Amino acid sequence: MNEPTPLKQTPKIQIRGLRKVFGDKVILDGVDLDVGSGESVLVIGGSGSGKSVLLKCILGLLHPDSGSILVDGQEVVGLYGSALEEVRSKFGMLFQNAALFDSLPVWENVAFGLIQGKGMKRAEAKAVALEKLASVGLNADVAELSPAELSGGMRKRVGLARAIAGNPEIIFFDEPTTGLDPIMGDVIDRLIVSCVKELGASALSITHDMASARRISDRIAMLYKGKIIWSGPTASIDSSDNPYVEQFINGNSEGPIQMQVRSL
Amino acid sequence: MPILQPIGRTFIAFLGAAGRLTIFAFMAIMHSFRPPFYPRLVIRQMMAVGYYSLPVVGLTAIFTGMVLALQSYTGFARFSAESAIPNVVIVSITRELGPVLAGLMVAGRVGASMAAEIGTMRVTEQIDALYTLSTNPFKYLVAPRLIAGVVTLPILVLIADIIGVFGGYLVSVYKLGFNPATYIANTVDFVQVQDVVSGLVKAAVFGFLVTLMGCYHGYHSRGGAQGVGTATTNAVVSASILILCFNYFITELFFAQ
Repeated sequence: MNEPTPLKQTPKIQIRGLRKVFGDKVILDGVDLDVGSGESVLVIGGSGSGKSVLLKCILGLLHPDSGSILVDGQEVVGLYGSALEEVRSKFGMLFQNAALFDSLPVWENVAFGLIQGKGMKRAEAKAVALEKLASVGLNADVAELSPAELSGGMRKRVGLARAIAGNPEIIFFDEPTTGLDPIMGDVIDRLIVSCVKELGASALSITHDMASARRISDRIAMLYKGKIIWSGPTASIDSSDNPYVEQFINGNSEGPIQMQVRSL
Repeated sequence: MPILQPIGRTFIAFLGAAGRLTIFAFMAIMHSFRPPFYPRLVIRQMMAVGYYSLPVVGLTAIFTGMVLALQSYTGFARFSAESAIPNVVIVSITRELGPVLAGLMVAGRVGASMAAEIGTMRVTEQIDALYTLSTNPFKYLVAPRLIAGVVTLPILVLIADIIGVFGGYLVSVYKLGFNPATYIANTVDFVQVQDVVSGLVKAAVFGFLVTLMGCYHGYHSRGGAQGVGTATTNAVVSASILILCFNYFITELFFAQ
């Protein structure tokens, strides 16, 4: 069911048999997923289906119980210390609520990875930060503000600028449009697409916003009960012939997916 | 065995927590000695721990010294031993009250704010964001706070010692009618290096405990605003209890024959 990546070269990320258990709750139960070079893959799935856990396992923030994650052919599971940090330097991540450091002004947030992670000079890093802010449509006035003074859409943009500041090879997007109005959602989606294209990076996103999913992805995979139950090109999602996928994209409460809601 | 079960469960939970804390402390110490270092952050934390705690600790110290002199007088006057007041004040302040009270005050002021700040960073994914930006939170968040605590608290206690003794002096001279010169002479003659040094060693240990508890509970907080609140409470309570426990053992180390 899980089609191999359409590109012939080594996938950027190759996940096989990934399993993660919290207590007696199985969150991921053998996930197989590939992200090709320059490809934008999107994982859909209901709330609590383990999408965020999947991302955190790849980032090395959570340790999977079994399975393998290859990044550029290198095993990430079991790495720690400087070896893990080296792999992480290939990643950029846009968090759900942007996760900006509220003790630092906007430009320092964007330049953070350059100054702290790569040891760049502050003045030099600030120039890069301003450039990245401009590329997400924010001018130099915003750079001196504190993150608390920004609106939701602006926070997302700053988060995006921070994610791309280090020219990552792989960018993760955790529900990029959650909490935004539809128009701002579209603006952020377009920025994501243009930034990813410009960097030539691969992207792995998770969302349950189908409009956003269609705009930003090349390929969609659906996560249900800890497994990838369907995967295919974004264009073919409407003809998936998979009752789970159909129920999900149509937002229907009737169907094979049973939400755990207690009836009144 | 329904009686043994809760006992065993509590015991295992306790061992788990102790293990987590030990690993956390070990990691924190290790990262404090390995580059990259963040001198800018260390200085900022030293300001927070030391400089901004001065008013609170100073007020605590001066009133403690004053009440010590007054209470000793009411007690010692019965045996006509009033002349021992300077000795009582200097020994109590430098050995016990200076470090313990400063430690407790800093636990309430600084430990709580560290737990709340790091806890909020945890629940808003800022700590995860640090990892993704190739920055280790142990180096960036924990190490500067630990270093600031261990270095700054002894200085703070040294100042508290002086202010405390001054409080005793004020009451003795202006209220109890002591001769100022005799009071100071008695104090200086009686104080021993060991008294002060033991107090400063305690202060360094307390500084470590307070900042460690603040960072540990903040780092492991979960579940939004309520989780951060719990973390803050736990940080202050555990730091205060540990201060009183360690105070006893360090005293035994220095003074038990």
